[in-house]
Amino acid sequence: MTTRLHPLLIVLTALVYVFLLGPLIIIFGASVSDTTFLAFPPQGLTLHWFENIWEISAFRRTIVTSFQVALLGTAFALLIGIPAAYALNRHRIQLPAWLSTLFVLPILVPEIVIGFSLLRSVNVGLDVPVFTTLLIGHTLLVTPYAIRVISASLASFDFSIEEAAISLGSHPVKTFFTIVLPNVRSGVVAAFILAFITSINDVSVSLFLTGPGISTLPIQILAHVEQFFDPTIASVSVLLMVLTIIVMIIVERTLGLTVIAK
Amino acid sequence: MTLPLSLDSVTAHYGKVKVLEDLSIHVGAGELVSLLGASGCGKTTTLRLVAGFLQPTSGTIRLGDKDLTRLPAHGRDIGLVFQNYALFPHLSVQQNVGFGLKQRNLPSAEQDRRALQMLERVGLAHLAQRLPAELSGGQKQRVALARALVIEPPLLMFDEPLSNLDAKLRVDMRVEIRELQRANGTTALYVTHDQEEAFSISDRVAIMNEGRIMQLDTPETLYQRPANSFVARFVGFENLIPLTVRDRSGDVVRAEAKGGAMLTLSQQRLGAIPDGFVLATRPDGLIVSDDPTAEGLPATLGLRTYLGRAYQYRCETGTGHLVANGSLATPFKPATQVTLTPNPDQCAILAVE
Repeated sequence: MTTRLHPLLIVLTALVYVFLLGPLIIIFGASVSDTTFLAFPPQGLTLHWFENIWEISAFRRTIVTSFQVALLGTAFALLIGIPAAYALNRHRIQLPAWLSTLFVLPILVPEIVIGFSLLRSVNVGLDVPVFTTLLIGHTLLVTPYAIRVISASLASFDFSIEEAAISLGSHPVKTFFTIVLPNVRSGVVAAFILAFITSINDVSVSLFLTGPGISTLPIQILAHVEQFFDPTIASVSVLLMVLTIIVMIIVERTLGLTVIAK
Repeated sequence: MTLPLSLDSVTAHYGKVKVLEDLSIHVGAGELVSLLGASGCGKTTTLRLVAGFLQPTSGTIRLGDKDLTRLPAHGRDIGLVFQNYALFPHLSVQQNVGFGLKQRNLPSAEQDRRALQMLERVGLAHLAQRLPAELSGGQKQRVALARALVIEPPLLMFDEPLSNLDAKLRVDMRVEIRELQRANGTTALYVTHDQEEAFSISDRVAIMNEGRIMQLDTPETLYQRPANSFVARFVGFENLIPLTVRDRSGDVVRAEAKGGAMLTLSQQRLGAIPDGFVLATRPDGLIVSDDPTAEGLPATLGLRTYLGRAYQYRCETGTGHLVANGSLATPFKPATQVTLTPNPDQCAILAVE
């Protein structure tokens, strides 16, 4: 049996999809346009603007920096986030309720404020190199996401499983790696992806913390747009989009997308 | 291998709250002792102290000659069975059972052999390669039991192992647990809130309340000779009647209840009776009669309920509310004046508290 859909519902749904996907289609069209300005519908067809990304050294450098910062920042966030989420859940009864709120506070503070305060205190105040400050900023930015996602995964973990392993003679540290971690694996992967994507996309924190010779891709995109209006930007955007889609396909194939929706 | 367990003057706190006070229990080698009580009575705390998941504030815990008190949980060598099974979800049934053997660094062929042998004993060898999620509740608990037994622990502990199973399976599983425990001769500590379960499989039962043991005895003694009013109420002595001895002649004692009614009791049947005491009876232990010559407590019948094997009456007497069961053959109407006579086989003598 099929339910008959109201025609208005079909129209509305179509409009929502146009609204969501429209800009992406325009960007894709513009990236292959054989014009020196952003044009949609594309006029002609060329891959010149994709080549152009690699010819502009600032793009090459910032792509590398963005990946370095995102990977290292996410790694640090997991190193902090996994033990923090574990402790918050394992000892939930003994710990005060506000403690878990404290760990996610950076999400509530405007990113601009985090960027500015790090610039003042760490970069200028302590005279720490630009790259290090940028890394600290991104770690700070994504750690709360890591804690949130891993906590959600640990909340449904039954800690008597851990106790069962210990009672059978497994050392608590070994138990953490052989019993606890494999059971929250999907949470850790989801945390990694969420943190990585948040870091790669970040503008607000990076804006304050990039400096001479060191910048991230989103900041470079902004800088480029201010000077040129050519389709290179559209090509970069398409590349970022493809990267995200590849990551999502890998996640979907290995874990199912619900790990992120959770 | 089997060893006796003894807890000696163990006191424990959660933060500032005292949850166990001066608790001492001795479980003999091969004996099964249950800790029975309502939630919050300290029974699970006791088990967690022995397992090493909690530290006592004072007191010692010994298993045979070994002092467990300061030993970390993973070095205690105790088989634990949990209420929610606590199987490792990412490991197969066989890997679950073999986990403890792996920690003991046995050769892997030996691990497999013993895990499978144990699974055979609980009748699950054919499911060795399944994941826990594919098993029923009863099968899961069998795997948990096998996992705890395969390491041949000197002590087995059960934390409400049957509470998540349905009624029929509970009865089957408790018999199975008892048989396996007997066959291995393993000392066992069994935590439950189910009186029938505790009484049916234990050598001795400790009835607990507010972090103390109220009485530790065989099920028969607890059921017939409760030591105090808490245990008496727990095992179904619903009526507690305070009495004062007025006259003694040989073994026969005449005692007066509040309101002036006199009862004649035999020390031969009930044991020594002090001058002031409490007579505890089950509802079945009060005989309801409308014979005006019967000796006993005069009562006015209140609400009558049907129990299937008897009628139960709420009764108003000079000593307060009492509950009595009357035969189905002679139902009484509410507000009837009757006499309640204690049946000594269903009575116990308690000290005044």
